[in-house]
Amino acid sequence: MIEAVGLTKRYGAKTAVYNLSFQVRPGTVTGFLGPNGSGKSTTMRMILGLDQPTTGQVTIGGYPYRKLPNAPRQVGALLDAKAVHGGRHARNHLLCLAQLSGIPARRVDEVLGVVGLQDVAKKRSKGFSLGMGQRLGIAAALLGDPQVLLFDEPVNGLDPEGILWVRNLMKSLAAEGRTVFVSSHLMSEMALTAEHLIVIGRGQLLADMSVRDFISHNSADFARVRTPETEPQQREKLTAALTEAGGQVLPEQDGALRVMGLPLPRISDLAHGADVRLWELSPHQASLEEAYMRMTQGAVDYRSTVDQRAGLQQQLPPGAMPQQQFPAPGQGQPDWYAPPPPQQGGQPFAPPQAAPGGPNPYAAPPQPPAAPAAPAAPADLNKPEDPR
Amino acid sequence: MATTQVLRSEWTKIRSVASTVWTLGLAAVLTIALGVLISILSRNEFNNMNARDRLSFDPTFISFAGMSLGQLAMIVFGVLVVSNEYSTGMIRTSLAAVPQRGTFLFGKVAVATVLAFVVGLATSFIAFFLGQAVLGVHRAQIGDPGVLRAVIGGGLYMTLIAMFSMGVASMLRSPMLALGILMPFFFLISNILGNVSATKKIGRFLPDQAGSKIMQVVTPIDDDTPYGPWGGLGIMVIWVILALFFGYVLLKKRDA
Repeated sequence: MIEAVGLTKRYGAKTAVYNLSFQVRPGTVTGFLGPNGSGKSTTMRMILGLDQPTTGQVTIGGYPYRKLPNAPRQVGALLDAKAVHGGRHARNHLLCLAQLSGIPARRVDEVLGVVGLQDVAKKRSKGFSLGMGQRLGIAAALLGDPQVLLFDEPVNGLDPEGILWVRNLMKSLAAEGRTVFVSSHLMSEMALTAEHLIVIGRGQLLADMSVRDFISHNSADFARVRTPETEPQQREKLTAALTEAGGQVLPEQDGALRVMGLPLPRISDLAHGADVRLWELSPHQASLEEAYMRMTQGAVDYRSTVDQRAGLQQQLPPGAMPQQQFPAPGQGQPDWYAPPPPQQGGQPFAPPQAAPGGPNPYAAPPQPPAAPAAPAAPADLNKPEDPR
Repeated sequence: MATTQVLRSEWTKIRSVASTVWTLGLAAVLTIALGVLISILSRNEFNNMNARDRLSFDPTFISFAGMSLGQLAMIVFGVLVVSNEYSTGMIRTSLAAVPQRGTFLFGKVAVATVLAFVVGLATSFIAFFLGQAVLGVHRAQIGDPGVLRAVIGGGLYMTLIAMFSMGVASMLRSPMLALGILMPFFFLISNILGNVSATKKIGRFLPDQAGSKIMQVVTPIDDDTPYGPWGGLGIMVIWVILALFFGYVLLKKRDA
């Protein structure tokens, strides 16, 4: 079991991790999620005793890593697939790690087989693809047959077969009663692999709960309702009826309605009662990805803007129609993933308590996220591209 | 127990990268080849020397003239052994496997030191015998007083240079930074400080100036160096201990 208590790490003025407390229990795969730069890797390094926490502590089986007896036989970690001397061949890389932990050389050949690298064992790792590097890193983590395993982005660069393999590997390791802690950006992958989630944003704990709870807490399941496009008044009629019955109704861009707070049969009954015909009535279940996006929206540090290409556009030949560019769905549209919060405030979790010793650097009301570029984009579409 | 594991692992690491063979091989070849070349030139020059220069003619030291270049390859060896861990990111994996950072660093230094000593000593003996062979009538014998000390000292000097580089590299971590400081320092700055009369008194306490005293058999006339051959080597050892100590302290308290 991994246990963090009030873990804080500052690098100069920057707080990478703030007052993080969580437990990673044996027997399940625990996913570790957060946007880029949210402190996932820093936390992993502190678990392994590589970085010293500024305050707080993290223990494995009750010991800080540096005091853990026979640490490499108890804990295996994949931190960075590229952290290999490129001139050393794969087998020697694992052999020197095995010798460091007093593991017999026989085990090296075993794990090479497990990760499927036996054919390139004598090849220099310089020529390895990212996926092969990941496999080598996973092999290194498995060397000591440890009870606690940490993987930082293990499926990066793996092919679909490799992703499936990692997923099954994680699950089987957890099923053997081991503690498995996996960070990833790939939500769809996490939804399939992990049972429990720890989500951080800007170095603070956002959620620590099962995947199922996480999805239901952070997303509003809704129904999509479509009325005949030829009769707009039907749409208004239905909207009024649904709102009266206590539902929340939002128009969607394509003319459909997004209805929350009412079960599907009730919507059908109400439509029938209002004498409105329906062209579509479909349930919409939020995915982990949507739930995650909604939760971390305020905590994203690195956000892309719409590429304006100012001054880079080629002169259009006279008379040519400028090609209108519509933003791809979901891109730069702040509300794409965001049905209104299920509860007022939208945060079902207790806000982090002010830590002893120092004011909470994040206590200030969150800055409105950098002006979303999206609203500007549709407006641009109405005027000519560039009067040149 | 943990120490033998670290030593075995470090031996695997050092023998499984090409840079080890290249740097140590280059150190030996440069030292020997340049030593032979300068020995030939000195033999031809001997008859044109004045009496004073003939008195301080040191055939042993001349055969080690290649060290000035060979030591640069030794520096690269020492720097790469340590900073490879940092430039590849391997250090995190290593330190996760050996949380005792002192054991890790000194195990690494020990393995590289033994290797550098074996190569350095062999280089020193070969450079001496080949150098003497081409010096002809002016040659020194291995049995002459002080000569065996100088030849073994040549091997020790190369070893200590490599160790000093390992200490500096563990302080600086980046191979480019460590080489960028050490190479010009030993190739240029130390020589300049040691030859300009104003700075000579300070310059001779620098690690290479003091350490190379061990390779001298004939003391130059009006040499006022305040230490002997072993004293000079002792000064170099102090430098090495300081470099490794600060490297260790930084490794201990820094985040990996």
